[in-house]
Amino acid sequence: MKIIDIAKILNAEVLVETEEIQKEVYSICGSDLMSDVMAYVKENVVLLTGLVSPQVIRTAEMMDIKAVVFVRGKKLPPAVIDLAREKSVIVMSTNETMFTACGKLYSSGITGRGG
Amino acid sequence: MSSGVLRRQYTIPGDDLTAAGEASSSVKKLLVQLGVDPVAIKKTAIAMYEAEINAVIHANGGAADVFISKDSITIVIKDKGPGIADVNLALQEGYSTASDKIREMGFGAGMGLPNMKRYADELDIKTEVGKGTIVTLKVYF
Repeated sequence: MKIIDIAKILNAEVLVETEEIQKEVYSICGSDLMSDVMAYVKENVVLLTGLVSPQVIRTAEMMDIKAVVFVRGKKLPPAVIDLAREKSVIVMSTNETMFTACGKLYSSGITGRGG
Repeated sequence: MSSGVLRRQYTIPGDDLTAAGEASSSVKKLLVQLGVDPVAIKKTAIAMYEAEINAVIHANGGAADVFISKDSITIVIKDKGPGIADVNLALQEGYSTASDKIREMGFGAGMGLPNMKRYADELDIKTEVGKGTIVTLKVYF
């Protein structure tokens, strides 16, 4: 599935876009704990989180995570958006909860297996 | 790299949570420019980022000395923080002394040192309670 398709499935607003939005991803990592995200190394992964902090973007940068989806329609501080632009990380915001967002993506075919 | 080793020094500010990770980001960029293997870059970036975050959240900042040779990178992160009372305990997944403020940043899950151990090829921790901590991470390319 392409990152842009995730935006459609979650009816997410794309707040920071890069050309990587057309890239295929195979896994989703849903977590509010950044150290847990860093313990989970997979390629071509999108991060779903309810944590609104610049450290989410830093974690994505270190992990080569191309896109972050913020769940529960949280308002993102400008510092998060600015850092994402600087580090070329795609940022989306969805009103879905973490559970529903993960469920929708899983049933759309991103099961974390293979890839 | 006339002496065969490239050296960089970074200050890790303690009062700016937004800037936490900037030193690791600079090192990651440098390794990409040097054409280092992407797996080694990711291992280095994660291990150093965890060490940098620890220096910010537990010790009000510190300094990072980075040495890059042809076949490895060594990162020495020094702080003058409270030190670690029981390193073996701190290396266990889930053990944390972090405050709620740290948890609000998405850290403090007790995975910092375990992640450093997981991703660094060599990890050395010298610490003294009340004086500070020196974390040395080495990753081979």
